Amino acid sequence: MDWTAFALSLKLAGWTAAVLLPAGLILSRLLAFHVRRGKPLFEAAVALPLVLPPSVLGYYLLVAFGGASPLGEWWTRVFGHGLAFSFDGLLLASVLINIPFAVQPMQRAFEALPADIREAAWVSGLAPWRTFWRIELPLAWPGVLSAFVLTFAHTLGEFGVVLMVGGSIPGETRTAALAIYDRVQAFDNGAAGAMSLLLLLMSIAAIVIVHGLSGRMGRRRG
Amino acid sequence: MAEGLEVSLRISAPVPIAAAFACAPGELVALIGPSGAGKTTILRAIAGLHRPAMGRIACDGETWLDSEAGIRLPPHRRRVGLVFQSYALFPHLTATGNVAAALTHLPAAERRERAGALLALVHLDGLENRRPAELSGGQQQRVALARALARDPHVLLLDEPFSAVDRRTRRRLRGELADLRSTVRAPILLVTHDLDEAAALADRLVVLDKGELLQQGPPAEVLASPASDRVRAALDLDG
Repeated sequence: MDWTAFALSLKLAGWTAAVLLPAGLILSRLLAFHVRRGKPLFEAAVALPLVLPPSVLGYYLLVAFGGASPLGEWWTRVFGHGLAFSFDGLLLASVLINIPFAVQPMQRAFEALPADIREAAWVSGLAPWRTFWRIELPLAWPGVLSAFVLTFAHTLGEFGVVLMVGGSIPGETRTAALAIYDRVQAFDNGAAGAMSLLLLLMSIAAIVIVHGLSGRMGRRRG
Repeated sequence: MAEGLEVSLRISAPVPIAAAFACAPGELVALIGPSGAGKTTILRAIAGLHRPAMGRIACDGETWLDSEAGIRLPPHRRRVGLVFQSYALFPHLTATGNVAAALTHLPAAERRERAGALLALVHLDGLENRRPAELSGGQQQRVALARALARDPHVLLLDEPFSAVDRRTRRRLRGELADLRSTVRAPILLVTHDLDEAAALADRLVVLDKGELLQQGPPAEVLASPASDRVRAALDLDG
């Protein structure tokens, strides 16, 4: 059992979900309430990582992160190390590929709010920021929590992009999913099986939580 | 400083509207006309929920909208109380919570007590801790009215407030609104397509059709001498 890889996976998943919680809230509210013109185009861009082969996405990210690219060069100058094959690069890639998992459940939750409830909050004297905290978020939280759990669980299992962008450097970029592959290559089926079982249980827990939450949303609307 | 509400609007969508009228403190003006007359759009423009192309709205000397001067106050900065046709209560809050949400101008410690007093005013004492889903249509309407009164509005806007309840409840709520007028000093605008309701409650009628203001005056006057055939048709006087 490669506990270092597990700890790294949890760290990556936690950071990814933590970054995408505020970013997803902003993006999903923009799509739900403000973007009118070109909305299908923006929604398609958000959904793109769902259909793109992970190795294709990984390839482009690797090119974008490389020392020869403007981003890679700037990163090296500012932080003193390259973006590719580092935890930072892994996190950035992970955030990008998880955008649909974070944005879509939140957007659906915000779109389910009746327009007149938000209007009623404004005419009751609540500024938009207060309306968000007191009315929108308490009504949309099952969708927001679903997005968080899905992002977390999906990051734990990500393989293709993680391998392309991070390599498989122990303690730096070797996540649990990569460690399982590594153990199978080394004919260590015992360790691969134990790690697989743990990931399986975590995935089941995530699905149970998300289904429970979507049931809550349905009841509330009904 | 001018007291009461002054409205002058020119709206192009969803219904082309050109209308100017006023409503004095304590006065109840009914905007009446068939569906599509633009009544609700005018109400939404006053509350700041609809952005008219051109117009001026002032209330108690404060300018809420002046398209020429570029003044456009957002809804939460206009002291309005609006009862939505659908009530639009906050489903996750109790009756008290719904009213207290509109009491942000008071210190937090005083909000519950004030919310309780407002709920008592609309005869909902004892139901303070129910959520909207646990209240009847008529009770929800009263919570919506208490919430609209909570900010001490400078104008009270009622959008077909009795359309979603049965006839008996409607009659009782109308009576209560008439009683309530002794405690509310703000101008009241009532949107309705029901002539009986308008004639029973309003001091003045503003007759609208397809966004055009056809006639305004006291109910008895308008009913006795409609200005045109269009007014007769808008009020359905021939039928």
